[in-house]
Amino acid sequence: MTNNAPILAVRNLLKTFGAVVAAKDINVDIFEGEVVGIIGANGAGKTCFVNMVTGYLAPTEGSIKYSGNELVGLETRKITHAGISRSFQVSQVFHSMTVAENLMIAIAIANNRGMDALGLMDTPEIRSQLDDVLTRYKLDIHRDSTVSALAQGVRKLLDIAMAVVSKPRILLLDEPTSGISVEEKFDFMDIVMGALREDGVTVLFVEHDMEIVARYVSRVLAFYQGEIIADMPPKEALSDKKVQEFVIGKEHHRKKK
Amino acid sequence: MFSDKTSKIVILSGLIIILAGTIAPNWIVNQFMFGFSRALAILGLMVLWRTGLVSFGHAFYFGLGAYAVAIFDIKFGVTDVFLRLLAGALVAGFVGYLLGFIMRNYRDIFFAMLNTAVSMVLFGIVVKTEALGSTDGFAISMSTIFGMSPETKYPLFVIITLVGIGAALTVNYYLKSTYGRLTTAIRDNEIRVEYLGFSVANAIHLKYTLSTILAGGAGALMAMSLGQVDPESMINWTVSGELVFVTILSGPGNVLAPFIGSLVFEVLRTYAFELAPQAWQLIMGATFLTIIFFLPGGIWSLLEKVGGKKNDK
Repeated sequence: MTNNAPILAVRNLLKTFGAVVAAKDINVDIFEGEVVGIIGANGAGKTCFVNMVTGYLAPTEGSIKYSGNELVGLETRKITHAGISRSFQVSQVFHSMTVAENLMIAIAIANNRGMDALGLMDTPEIRSQLDDVLTRYKLDIHRDSTVSALAQGVRKLLDIAMAVVSKPRILLLDEPTSGISVEEKFDFMDIVMGALREDGVTVLFVEHDMEIVARYVSRVLAFYQGEIIADMPPKEALSDKKVQEFVIGKEHHRKKK
Repeated sequence: MFSDKTSKIVILSGLIIILAGTIAPNWIVNQFMFGFSRALAILGLMVLWRTGLVSFGHAFYFGLGAYAVAIFDIKFGVTDVFLRLLAGALVAGFVGYLLGFIMRNYRDIFFAMLNTAVSMVLFGIVVKTEALGSTDGFAISMSTIFGMSPETKYPLFVIITLVGIGAALTVNYYLKSTYGRLTTAIRDNEIRVEYLGFSVANAIHLKYTLSTILAGGAGALMAMSLGQVDPESMINWTVSGELVFVTILSGPGNVLAPFIGSLVFEVLRTYAFELAPQAWQLIMGATFLTIIFFLPGGIWSLLEKVGGKKNDK
């Protein structure tokens, strides 16, 4: 599944906020088709890493290359144009609009970014794309519901669906299952990962739930105090001593006992 | 392009008003001229309001449009109604486009007050400059239409109504475009719009420029309707407040709302002044309070309730 050249190459990434070091010495290659889980305790630098890759935060030092092109310094929308999308820990959608309107705007923007955007939004072509996304993400039944009236899980699904309509090559998901009930989390991830696999999207997702990590990812990046302390397949990562001590917290609990 | 219900109503009601103007008394024709002129500016403010932006300084562009007509008249002898309208809209639009590079970076109260500040600068310059008519302003010669001097105000009334129809159809189309649909999207969530790959700043800049062109056109038409311009009734901050008042009175629900709201405002102000020359503001203030408490969606929302229909956005 993977090629030799990384689709995303991160080198010597550093992010500081005054005296606080949020990320340091981050060196990682991501290859096309990988599903990478990013784990770590709160404040470990996971979301900071996602924010730097997607242009929300500018790194203090370092380089992020996507297919050989430098991303550092690009605005978020330029990074989206390049082929990297993201979803958010707290779903970022248009609350006063319906699910269909949210997706139509996302599709229309993906299709027309310049002055073409002065064309009518509600066209048969966009309607057809809308039907496809609604079906693939099982959002059909919520089509005409206003987002503010929807459950957290549906909003999350919509958030992700909106991020993929631009057909990104890399998708970063920030805690996709947070706020979703234990009973629903696997169904939710099956829908999302199934659709993303069909499109061949490279996925990096931040996750606290180790069951989700073990089930869906091919590789784990474990963060601790802004650094990557483990980069390995999930089985090894979840049994790694450092990961258990600093990320999962088993050692910590044992010591306390 | 104009096959939707709103467009059909705009065209039909516009044509009915033009026909009714042939038998209407002069004072009604005047009310419609003033109302429809102002409605252009309200259309622009409605687009901004839907984006979550309120400008308390659009009298700046209204005044620029009006003064462009006066200065082109006095300096270059331009009397043609279409050239005057074009001059007013373009001067205001050009200045709006330039200032838009600053305005697009501000939101909420900063956006509102920055616009007020700019309008007060223009007010100050005009009031203190003799060459710009100072506090007295200028009288404007009668407008001509393709070289002909109409004997009544009816031809100007027809042109104002036709311009109103054109502006309403254009804004209605715009609101249905991807750019237009972004109005509510930006108000709801700017971050998501940026991450979808669209520049919020560019989108706001376009909306702002559109609103300044409309305000300039409104000022030009008002100047031609009144036959004079002066800083107090064209540029002062109270005029900006009046435009915001009419925007809220109208409601953001539909492009027809600014025209209805502006007419209601004209009639209300005329009768309030007749009824209580020393306290007409009291009546206007009470109306404003009533709208805010009972009709936050403006007159349009009342019409929707009466009609039992949802917005035709």
